[in-house]
Amino acid sequence: MSLIRRISNLFSRSKVDTEIDAELQSHIDMRVEDNLAAGMPEDRARRDALVRFGNRAATKERVTGMDAALALDSIWTDIRFALRQLVKNPDFACTSIVVLALGIGSSVAIFAFVDAALIKPLPYRDSTRLVSVYETVPSCPLCNVSYQNYLDWKRSGLPFSSLEAWGWARYLINTPEGTEPARGARVSDGFFRTLGVTPILGRDFHSGEDLPGAPRTVLITYDAWQKRFSGNRAVVGQSVTLSNISYSIIGVLPRSFHFAPLGAADFWATLNDPSDCDKRRGCHGLFGLARLEDGASLRSAIAGLKEEASQLERQYPASNHGYSATATTLTDTVMGDIRPVLLVLLSGAFLLLLIACVNVSGLLLVRSEGRRRETAVRAYLGATSARLFRQFVTEALVLVMAGSALGLGSAYLAMKLLIKLVSADRMEGMPFLLTVGLNPQVLGFAGAVSLFAAVVFAVVPALRLSRGNLRGDLAEGSRGSAGNAWRRLGSRLIVLELATAVVLLVGAGLLGKSFYRLLHVDLGMQTDHLATLIAATPKSYEEGNKLNVLERLMVSQIGSLPGVQSVGISSHRPVRSWDGGVSLVVPGRPSNGGRNDVPERDVSAGYMATVGAKLLRGRYFTDEEDDDTKPRVIVVNQTLAQRFFPGEDPIGKHLAYEGSKTRIEIIGEVEDIKEGQLDSPNQAAIYVPFNQDSSRTFNLVVRTRQAEETVLPTLAAAVHRIDPSIATSDATTMTKMVNDSYSAYLHRSSAWLMGGFAGVALLLSVIGLYGITAYSVSQRTREIGVRMALGAQRSSVYRLVLKEAGWLIGVGMVGGLGCSVGAALLMRKLLFDTETWDASVLAGVTVVLTMSALLASYIPARRAASVNPVDALRAE
Amino acid sequence: MAKNDLQGTLDLLVLKTLSQMGELHGYGIAVHIQRASDELLNVEEGSLYPALHRMEQSGWITSEWALTETKRRAKYYRLSATGRKQLLESEESFDQLVKGVRAVLRYA
Repeated sequence: MSLIRRISNLFSRSKVDTEIDAELQSHIDMRVEDNLAAGMPEDRARRDALVRFGNRAATKERVTGMDAALALDSIWTDIRFALRQLVKNPDFACTSIVVLALGIGSSVAIFAFVDAALIKPLPYRDSTRLVSVYETVPSCPLCNVSYQNYLDWKRSGLPFSSLEAWGWARYLINTPEGTEPARGARVSDGFFRTLGVTPILGRDFHSGEDLPGAPRTVLITYDAWQKRFSGNRAVVGQSVTLSNISYSIIGVLPRSFHFAPLGAADFWATLNDPSDCDKRRGCHGLFGLARLEDGASLRSAIAGLKEEASQLERQYPASNHGYSATATTLTDTVMGDIRPVLLVLLSGAFLLLLIACVNVSGLLLVRSEGRRRETAVRAYLGATSARLFRQFVTEALVLVMAGSALGLGSAYLAMKLLIKLVSADRMEGMPFLLTVGLNPQVLGFAGAVSLFAAVVFAVVPALRLSRGNLRGDLAEGSRGSAGNAWRRLGSRLIVLELATAVVLLVGAGLLGKSFYRLLHVDLGMQTDHLATLIAATPKSYEEGNKLNVLERLMVSQIGSLPGVQSVGISSHRPVRSWDGGVSLVVPGRPSNGGRNDVPERDVSAGYMATVGAKLLRGRYFTDEEDDDTKPRVIVVNQTLAQRFFPGEDPIGKHLAYEGSKTRIEIIGEVEDIKEGQLDSPNQAAIYVPFNQDSSRTFNLVVRTRQAEETVLPTLAAAVHRIDPSIATSDATTMTKMVNDSYSAYLHRSSAWLMGGFAGVALLLSVIGLYGITAYSVSQRTREIGVRMALGAQRSSVYRLVLKEAGWLIGVGMVGGLGCSVGAALLMRKLLFDTETWDASVLAGVTVVLTMSALLASYIPARRAASVNPVDALRAE
Repeated sequence: MAKNDLQGTLDLLVLKTLSQMGELHGYGIAVHIQRASDELLNVEEGSLYPALHRMEQSGWITSEWALTETKRRAKYYRLSATGRKQLLESEESFDQLVKGVRAVLRYA
């Protein structure tokens, strides 16, 4: 009822307005009548009525305020007024809106990533109960699982409602364009049931379908269905040939399905075709995935796994000696690396938002100072302070709304851009980032940030109001104490802004230095002029010495290509991971009880020379020695030599695989080649002649005479000339491979983003400092004029202005440096080979910020010093 | 705890006046309160009119333009059914307030 009246009043504003007027007028008239009746003379009767009524305008305003409909209407008036104010001051409006949009945009964009990666649960049923299961040895804390051990675990009473195994698979598939490698996975039968993923077409694996001898079946992903089978629904029941073996397709996985630990894979088969590795207990080729039983904790699962592992160690000492087992949550497996990066970036974005808010608050202060007279006049004309406050709130809201709209738009663009910058390879490992977007959580966050900004902007000018010396404000050119008070507030804001900028700059400096250090880490190779290619051979090459022949053929054929200087072949690519590898012993030396697991690389005779390894002692093996009929020889790296033979010459010494009697002679020692990620410490590694332990995957490395990119296309063609059934992939240069490696990628993105934040922060804080100094100078023009008229030199005017700014800069710098040492401790995890208090970074930041800040205050100081005293005195 | 404050007291005075006098304009309400309280209470116009409009928006009173005895146009207010209920509540709550204040004063 009253709501309807309020709404209907909206449409009859002028009518309600005149009604209130008439009502109040009738009150006064009736009082006059009564006064006349009481015998007062007419003019006194009228004056008495008016005096007794009090401030009519104020009363009317309050009555109007009571009519909610009219309140709405006056809000609209406020908004129009606020808009007019902004349009009238386009510089102020544009600056504050753009600054706000920068702050809001960057924090919202980064929050969207945080939301996608850290807040949203993984896309599986009850995903917090899922854990990854690993075997563990000292050299490889989260290592692969042996299939035989997995089967034993599954039979024991571990607190899992289900335990599954999965592993990578690489298939060769024949397409019209030739043989292509296709990525796949091998999983135990309950893998998808454990995740809680159901195929959208066809069926899941039946229980028992992963046992040897079961029919070969495969599930395909939505992408593979669309790409390879053009989304044909009749695909279920068809067969597909993978590496010359026929599988029948039983279903299609949902479009949203991804399994980040494995990355993208088209074909998901079961473990029913046990590989050689699966059959040996000592070979670790798979990973574990489990769902915790109701009521079981991760801790109890780890305890159970450890006990079961030590049980197996007693049972199978030959293969399980030194092996234990552990588990982590699946969320940690997937997000572990990216979590600290995102949290640091989010903090950076928040600091930037803080600077933006401080900056705009400063602008608002300057403006409210300029509007003192307007405010005072309005207060005198009957505006209550609540009414004036409402005006400020409206203006703040209009400003923030414009800033948020622009900020949201730019955040959206920034998200799209950042996602595009993530390479396809990286995206496979972080598929959750594909869900980054303006969803309700992100919009809610943007709303909260905007609300925060609006509150700040409404309160700042209102502070001025409460301190209001309205009478003083009315007097033209007055310099009340209020002016000084707000200047103090403004100075504090600038100090806060400078300190925040220092923290961001130091953060960016440290991340930048880490990234630089990372890219200049000693790889033990000459990475320039190296081209690489992966050639995967069909299973048929395993017969006889076919691989041996192929290796010789490839080295000679590719070596004779124009521009190619030398060719090397390895079983692995460098700068990837220090895998568990093989367990070694020194024959004749008593075992110390621990395991010595080191990565093994099977390399051709020319590999070491081709990559530009540095030979420290001995020699590389020759082409003749690269043959499984010849005596076993290996090259070791420096770390291995120091670990196994400290203080001795390793050349001529012998090693053996654990459990084997064959003695292997060490013939050379090289400086450590970085086999793992750039930020990983070097580990012991061995390099074995390719044909003494051959691998079906050839990682070709080619040293070129000219630019390495030009050779890339000819490499694949040369391989296909030898045998078209060999699949080639991953043609790239070594430099690019190193630069795109995972650790380089993480460091690069965090350094660049933080650098961007810091750059904007520097710009904003310097502009803020310029603004406050310039304003302070303009307020003191007359004072400066007087000083100069009384004989002050220009230099002393400079000193006057710069001293004030210098104080602000000094306090801001010291405060900022103090905070940044603390902040750096929080991001210690992201730093590589860089101390949190790195002197060069701190010094660099101090110099950059001080120089730019001094420049910013020098400009207004110059203006002050060039003031003509006569003009200054006459000005007001 | 009795919900009461100065605004509540003004509301109570206005509602009571209207329930006793039937229809009355703002000036009449002010004069009535002053007389009925033996000149002890002087309702300020600056508070009276906002209060009247607020109560009208809340639906406690209704208004109508009519002519006074001296043929002047004035806005007359009248108690609605909700207003009557509100009056009872306000009276009760005011009684409690008075009792409470008395108790505190006696305590010393």
